[in-house]
Amino acid sequence: MDVFSIPVIGIVLQLIVYLIDVLPDLAPIAIALAAPLALGAMCGVVGERSGVVNIGIEGMMLIAAFMGFIVAGFVAQAFPMDPLPIFGATPALLLGVAAAVLSAMAVGLLHAWLSITIRADQIISGTIINIAALGLTGYFNRLLISPNPRLGAGIFATFDPPAELTSIPVVGWVFNALLHQGPITMSVIVIVIVLQVLLFRSRWGLRTRATGENPEAADTVGVDVIRLRYRNVVMSAAFAGLAGAWLTLEATSSFQNGMTTGRGFIALAAVITGRWTPIGAWGAALLFAFSDALQVAVSLRPPSGQLGDLLNGIPHEAYASLPYLLTIIILAGVVGRSIPPAADGRPFAREARA
Amino acid sequence: MSRLRQLWDRARPVVAVPLGAVILGLVVAGVVALASSVFTPQGFDLLLPFKVYAGLFGGAFLGLDHITNTLVNATPLIVAGLAVGFGFKAGLFNIGADGQFLLGAVMAAGIGAMLATAPAIVAIPVALGAAAIAGALWGFIPGALKAWTGAHEVVTTIMLNFIGRSLVAYLVLNVFQAPGFSFARTGPLGNAELPTLGFLSPDLDRLNLGILIALLLVPAIWWLLFRSTLGFEIRTVGTNPDAARYAGMRPAVLTILTMSLSGLLAGVAGGLDILGATHFIPASYGTTVGFDSIAVALLGRSHPVGILLAGLLFGALRAGAGPMQLDAHIPVELVDVIQAVILLFLAADVIVRQLLRIRRAKSGLEPVEAATGSYGKQASL
Repeated sequence: MDVFSIPVIGIVLQLIVYLIDVLPDLAPIAIALAAPLALGAMCGVVGERSGVVNIGIEGMMLIAAFMGFIVAGFVAQAFPMDPLPIFGATPALLLGVAAAVLSAMAVGLLHAWLSITIRADQIISGTIINIAALGLTGYFNRLLISPNPRLGAGIFATFDPPAELTSIPVVGWVFNALLHQGPITMSVIVIVIVLQVLLFRSRWGLRTRATGENPEAADTVGVDVIRLRYRNVVMSAAFAGLAGAWLTLEATSSFQNGMTTGRGFIALAAVITGRWTPIGAWGAALLFAFSDALQVAVSLRPPSGQLGDLLNGIPHEAYASLPYLLTIIILAGVVGRSIPPAADGRPFAREARA
Repeated sequence: MSRLRQLWDRARPVVAVPLGAVILGLVVAGVVALASSVFTPQGFDLLLPFKVYAGLFGGAFLGLDHITNTLVNATPLIVAGLAVGFGFKAGLFNIGADGQFLLGAVMAAGIGAMLATAPAIVAIPVALGAAAIAGALWGFIPGALKAWTGAHEVVTTIMLNFIGRSLVAYLVLNVFQAPGFSFARTGPLGNAELPTLGFLSPDLDRLNLGILIALLLVPAIWWLLFRSTLGFEIRTVGTNPDAARYAGMRPAVLTILTMSLSGLLAGVAGGLDILGATHFIPASYGTTVGFDSIAVALLGRSHPVGILLAGLLFGALRAGAGPMQLDAHIPVELVDVIQAVILLFLAADVIVRQLLRIRRAKSGLEPVEAATGSYGKQASL
């Protein structure tokens, strides 16, 4: 008997076979789509490990995407230059990335000031950053980009790995998926591993984790809690800035209002799912990205037979909802068992200060 | 005179910071407009901020048609603001007003169009009821997820906003689409349209029953929150879930109920917007009401009366934006900048107090302190 014709189980088997079949095509797309989610999640991990909740990742990304696009666009307009041989980088694109990172860090400083010094509610502070980012970028988009429809500095080129590497049987596609990428996507893997090591093996990591678990105790042994939290929030915002740069300088060469489309929040879910570790959060980001890439796979390589009828019958809107739906399901399933840093979201004040 | 003075003394600690934030927001917006005039065709103009203010004020209040426009814009903002504020009172942050609003809107538009030829007395309540149920369902989901699994409503409601937008597109394209239009949209509402005061004057043609419903909902929600047992329990859970549980209340049930009611209100806001003002919904409805309503609730400090005033203010800004753009050549999106700056000053109330020499005032965002409390943690059952 043909196992693929058994009801339900047969379809599941067909799906698994199909997924394995399209994996080499799916993986490069998913790894690229995971880049902004993973970077946003790094922003969340570093902030929350020191005890500051950051709901404003989405807004930081959006402002960075806008600033990166504007700076790169105007520099390219003023000083048109030939791209460098690696990644098709131009001075305009590099300055754009710098502007994206710096602008996100400036917003991070605002969030740090509101949540650490002012001790405002951190969720409200982050939400206000999100709404403000949407409003400000929308206004300046209309003011600066709409009259300049040709504005733009293009995008970074992807790296072309040597054919000897990608044509290795069985594992060649892995090299292709990891290396046939733009510079920001490729840097994600390095950032994740470095952060994982730093967070669990360095003095900074120990102090960060101590501050997130018990700021009073950290303070007693001489850690400057306020300063450490400031530094972590501002530095972590740089990752959100890089995610924003990915949107307008690596993935697309344009800026659209609200183009982050919830990535900052999916990143937050990845932080929780990954149990506040960089590697775990990256894994969760990859999972969300795969669900996003599935839509592309089904349209590029439509499956045949029963499975094809089923997958092609699912409306386009359902595929578009898949990453969001998956985020909710995983969050609901994992939250009870995933324990946040004990002092997450709790402002710190020295008792001695009367 | 002394009565007035007394009233001001009582109100001052509550309204001083929001009022100061609004004033500072308008001042900063004037400076932003001045700075951005460099990029507009007419060039730098020192009088521009005053042109902006005059345009906004004139567009919002000068003339019956402009006042109508303000009230029509304020209607969904007030009702959706009540939705968000209602959640805040229970310590719940409903960022999902956007999705709940849209689902209410699409159901009102779809069901309303089906009942276009039914008598108004049937068509309007059924269409509005459908909007309420759809909104309540979209609020129930994050409420139940929070109560049963501990998934924080801030993340789940945002995700549901995106799913909601896809669902609206699907419903308009596959279920409710009307033939004979150049783009995908729902059909004419006919008798399901809310009655207007258009018979008095053509300037009042858009002034519909919705504003009256919004104005009636303000005291209704106030009564529910401050005079009913349910409201007492909701506020207790919002201030201190542990105390509420020891007093025999059930935080899980109250969480689900509050999110559902909050979603219901946001759904009604969407229904009123469609039945009263827009009269149809396209597959992709570009509205900012869902996020504006968070600003309304924060500025109104989650109090129904404050939300009414904040809703009218933002309604006036939206109404005045168009005429302002015509007069001052500054994009309508300046209103979003004003809103953003107001919110930033609300959060950084220290600046407002120092600049305007306000003492004694409480923190600008005090009613929502509990929002952070449960982030990422198991909700108490």
